[in-house]
Amino acid sequence: MVAPTSPVHCLVVTFHRAEDPRAHGLLSSAHALGFTGITQVECADLYFLEGALTSQDQQRLARELLSDPVAQRAEWRMGKAAASGAGVHLVETALRPGVTDPVAEQIIRSSRMLGIASVTAASTGQRFVLRGAIDEKQLQRLTRALLANPVIQRWSFGEIDPVFPHPAEASGKVETIPVRELSDDGLLALSKQRRAALDLAEMKAIQGFYRSVGRDPTDVELETIAQTWSEHCVHKTFRARISVTGPDGASSEVDGLLRTFIRAPTEKIAAPWVRSAFVDNAGIIDFDDENEVSFKVETHNHPSAIEPFGGANTGVGGVIRDVLGVSAKPIAATDVLCFGPQETPPQGLPEGVLHPRRIQSGVVAGVQDYGNKIGIPTVNGAILYDEGYTSNPLVYCGCVGIAPKGSHPRQPQKGDRVIVLGGRTGRDGLRGATFSSMTMDAQTGEVAGASVQIGDPIVEKGLIEVCTRARDRKLYHAITDCGAGGLSSAVGEMAAGVGADVELFKVRLKYPGLAPWEIWLSEAQERMVLAVPDVAPLQALCDLYDVELTDIGAFTGDGKLVVRYQGRPVLDLPTDFMHDGIPRRHLKAEIVTPVRSAAPAPRVDDVGRTTLKLLAHPNIASKAPVIRIYDHEVQGGTVVKPLTGAVNDGPSDACVLKPMGTKGLRGIVLSNGVNPQFGKRDAYRMALSVVDEALRNAVAVGADPTRVAILDNFCWGDPLRPQTLGALVEAARGCRDAALHFGTPFISGKDSLNNEYLGADGQRHAIPPTLLISAMGVIDDVTQAVTMDLKEAGNVVYLLGETRAELGGSHLGLVLGRDIGGVVPDQVEFAPALFKALHVAIRAGVVRACHDLSEGGLAVAAAEMAIAGRLGLELTLDVDDVVTALFSESNARFLVEVRSKDTAAFESHLAALGPRRYTRLGSVVATPALSIKNRTETLCALPVQELVAAWNTLP
Amino acid sequence: MAPRVLILHATGTNRDHDAAAAFQLAGAEPEIVPLQELRERRRKWQDYQILVVPGGFSYADALGAGKLFALDLQSYFVDEVKAFVQSGRPVIGICNGFQALVKSGLLPALDGAEATLTFNASGHFECRWVTLRPVSRVCLWTRDLTDEIYCPVAHGEGRFLVASDSALSQLKQRDQVALTYVGNGYPDNPNGSPGDVAGVCNPQGNVLGLMPHPEDHIQPFQHPRWTRGERGKLGLKLLEAGVRHAAAM
Repeated sequence: MVAPTSPVHCLVVTFHRAEDPRAHGLLSSAHALGFTGITQVECADLYFLEGALTSQDQQRLARELLSDPVAQRAEWRMGKAAASGAGVHLVETALRPGVTDPVAEQIIRSSRMLGIASVTAASTGQRFVLRGAIDEKQLQRLTRALLANPVIQRWSFGEIDPVFPHPAEASGKVETIPVRELSDDGLLALSKQRRAALDLAEMKAIQGFYRSVGRDPTDVELETIAQTWSEHCVHKTFRARISVTGPDGASSEVDGLLRTFIRAPTEKIAAPWVRSAFVDNAGIIDFDDENEVSFKVETHNHPSAIEPFGGANTGVGGVIRDVLGVSAKPIAATDVLCFGPQETPPQGLPEGVLHPRRIQSGVVAGVQDYGNKIGIPTVNGAILYDEGYTSNPLVYCGCVGIAPKGSHPRQPQKGDRVIVLGGRTGRDGLRGATFSSMTMDAQTGEVAGASVQIGDPIVEKGLIEVCTRARDRKLYHAITDCGAGGLSSAVGEMAAGVGADVELFKVRLKYPGLAPWEIWLSEAQERMVLAVPDVAPLQALCDLYDVELTDIGAFTGDGKLVVRYQGRPVLDLPTDFMHDGIPRRHLKAEIVTPVRSAAPAPRVDDVGRTTLKLLAHPNIASKAPVIRIYDHEVQGGTVVKPLTGAVNDGPSDACVLKPMGTKGLRGIVLSNGVNPQFGKRDAYRMALSVVDEALRNAVAVGADPTRVAILDNFCWGDPLRPQTLGALVEAARGCRDAALHFGTPFISGKDSLNNEYLGADGQRHAIPPTLLISAMGVIDDVTQAVTMDLKEAGNVVYLLGETRAELGGSHLGLVLGRDIGGVVPDQVEFAPALFKALHVAIRAGVVRACHDLSEGGLAVAAAEMAIAGRLGLELTLDVDDVVTALFSESNARFLVEVRSKDTAAFESHLAALGPRRYTRLGSVVATPALSIKNRTETLCALPVQELVAAWNTLP
Repeated sequence: MAPRVLILHATGTNRDHDAAAAFQLAGAEPEIVPLQELRERRRKWQDYQILVVPGGFSYADALGAGKLFALDLQSYFVDEVKAFVQSGRPVIGICNGFQALVKSGLLPALDGAEATLTFNASGHFECRWVTLRPVSRVCLWTRDLTDEIYCPVAHGEGRFLVASDSALSQLKQRDQVALTYVGNGYPDNPNGSPGDVAGVCNPQGNVLGLMPHPEDHIQPFQHPRWTRGERGKLGLKLLEAGVRHAAAM
């Protein structure tokens, strides 16, 4: 990064007639954040070009490249921009040095195409002119809150000076770090100083190793071990031995959560269609005779907290590479997002925390940007709100891939080249793995700034083009993505057993000055590592799709990992120490008794009003404004879309995909289950409930319940706190019990622990225990899929399943605004049989509509079906406890619409399940209103238009 | 013989496979060709009877959607594209492809009617299904269509603007407005294009550009309401019209 030497030109591009759509959004956001004195916002794009340009060059660049003459005007800046005057405030922003700026790269390339070769460097920025009453301090706050993020941007209240990246060499500086003589305190201090997040036992294991080899580590080695041994990479907590103290004081041992509770049920179920569970970058199951499908879900929470757009953006990019890492073509993306309440007062936020609105808009924009641009449909997800996520949002990103069976090679051969494909390496993302394994504090944003990056989806699109073709032509022996830990992790894992020798000087850099350890550890995005026997044909593919290929070394066959810088070894470690040298943790867990005694249901005076309030609750209300800015149609396979029904606005339970190019009509079903309200009260039952929810969502649209695989993603607080770990143990146990109950295997999972935030006030802010279960199922014939919208007046509506007094953690409590007690819904013993019976009915074509009951219970499910079908529903209950019947969130329940002529067959089919497994509740009517009676008493009569209005309350 | 379809692939193109599947079903022989292969003359423009500039985010929409794709067409292939268009062979630009055709001046190709596709009036990207009315009798892709088309849009820069109102009237007079959004304002017209313009053609009628994606409605089960028994209005019909024309040439 150097200050410019040749002339610098700045082009200011604005829209004609205030047509800039950004301006309106910024103004309303400013008002929402309390800056009501602002009356107008104008935006402009800034392009800085370095080089000797003639006035003719300038004219051509402005007109032919940098502006749209029909919609915009462009002016080259002469001298200083007008200073801020009374009531007029100028803010200019630009990316920090080192942050990826894909537009700048395109400007240089395309200037040359126009025949203007004198542009030597380019960068971009934005200009905002704010009008209205606002003082300097407020302007500072507004800029930070809305216009720029210090993590990736700099700004100036006036004209900003550009900085240009110039490619150059690394620094070559390697330090030796004395560890052999350090005391215990010294070891811990070193771990902290290098932000290694290693505990004493781990530091001592490192010390022991270096004592045994008679030398001290280089910084490259120490950083590599810290990454390899990070919670993010090796899941220390999930592999640890845990001493558990039960609620009654009895103690027991858990020999690894992963082994005991997640892998064990998968092994026991031994589903023949599971191709790969827990060993690859993604779980893999059979699809049809020719293809297998893979699924992976990751979290990107901490990066999204400090740079929402970049954090979510690279979260999506990362999980897509996981799927590429099993040699599959990515065909669908999912995202589940948890935020603080959007109406949180800005002044109450802990220091260093972005406002939940800013986080949500940034995260959603980040998901949109990456998924849409790379051309993968975003088809399933959820958005949840809770105060517990204000400081620590959760961003779960999933990706599904498809590949010909058996096409994923896994073993590098001696002599294969170590090939890096894709983006260049910068300082971005350094220590991302250890960063995600630490508690955040008010300084995290600044210290860890380098951990967050902006993605470049088009570069990753190139990787998809190249990697899928390279797979078909069998050009590689192994492939993995560069994720957390960067090359250290990717090459380190691939080299396990076989060994590798790599030269860091060959790695292409974004900018100068990187030390070898930084090159080795960088988490720069959009890179894959391949073991390649013959580079030439791969190079030819890369040339075709504009992807950079770098040969950095070879797999050696000697079992050692040697990393060099200009020939000199900077890391020389046996791979077995790196991968097996970590001491196993021994942790203590304490299980707190959850409330399991029933409480009387609260009084609900007005069922109608309560139903409307539930529909308007942010967790339940329509997510259409978000869903519609994701492309859910690209690749042409979305058969059941996220929104469905008469006017395409009802909430689908799950997505059905028919992958392009596969034979027949078989499809994939994607769904999820997540419920932090249950997690706060009863971690074990939360796990039972969210597995049930994910499965029933899948079954509701037509998935075969015997052909569903699930993924676990735990987001938890600090596992060193025994009660927090106790809840994690309980949730993991729930996963096992639920998986065995349904015979549904886990095929992949991930945990993100330490989701806590240490505020400047000294208080710990932990998230609610949150377990996301993502389900991927198979449907034999997509044209038999069922949607949740009411279809036709005259049809009969049934409730399947049993409603129990389980109001604990229900949304009724949330809208009543108080703790209503009660128990969290338990496992339903007949659920597996019910799901199978429903599936048989769906395949027989008897089910016209089906909707799962979850948040808000029966009342909300019925309302949503009426909304989606724009038809009325007349239901009659026959119960003693109306509140439980309407609002309990008991598991394993569905509302099902059946034609009158099919009712006898449907009822006799379900009768085999035993008594009280279904209830005939009423019928679909043409008059668009939801009427619910109990016996003869009318509980509510709500016009569908009123339901629609309540449900569409999110901006 | 089935017409051969040249589907261009620029860096960031992503609906090329959707277009290929659709043209295959329409009875043609599609081939996705990276621009680099055309630059190296490993593939030849004259071997194809239909040209498709498909959707996607070429060059990440840097400097405006379609702008740099257009620069590719203008810098490397100006003669080839000109020859293809002048031969009367069917050319279609969908979404990002439409943006590229407009920004390279191939559409609407009417003197005095400088046009652009700019940010949606809503200020954001939007994915939703829209109904299209084929209106042009000049355009070979739409002239034989009698039914409406129902298909998705998925774009953030789809608002078709011309430099003046008179230029828009002129386009209409010349029958160059090929497709319009059916309905009443937003969201039926998802981007706020004046005159509900969804697609335009060149004066000869062989080059069509449109924002919506007919290639993503080629099967009944892609219809958002197929579970409600709704059928028809396939986007495939539009593509078949182009294929029929190419086959007859």
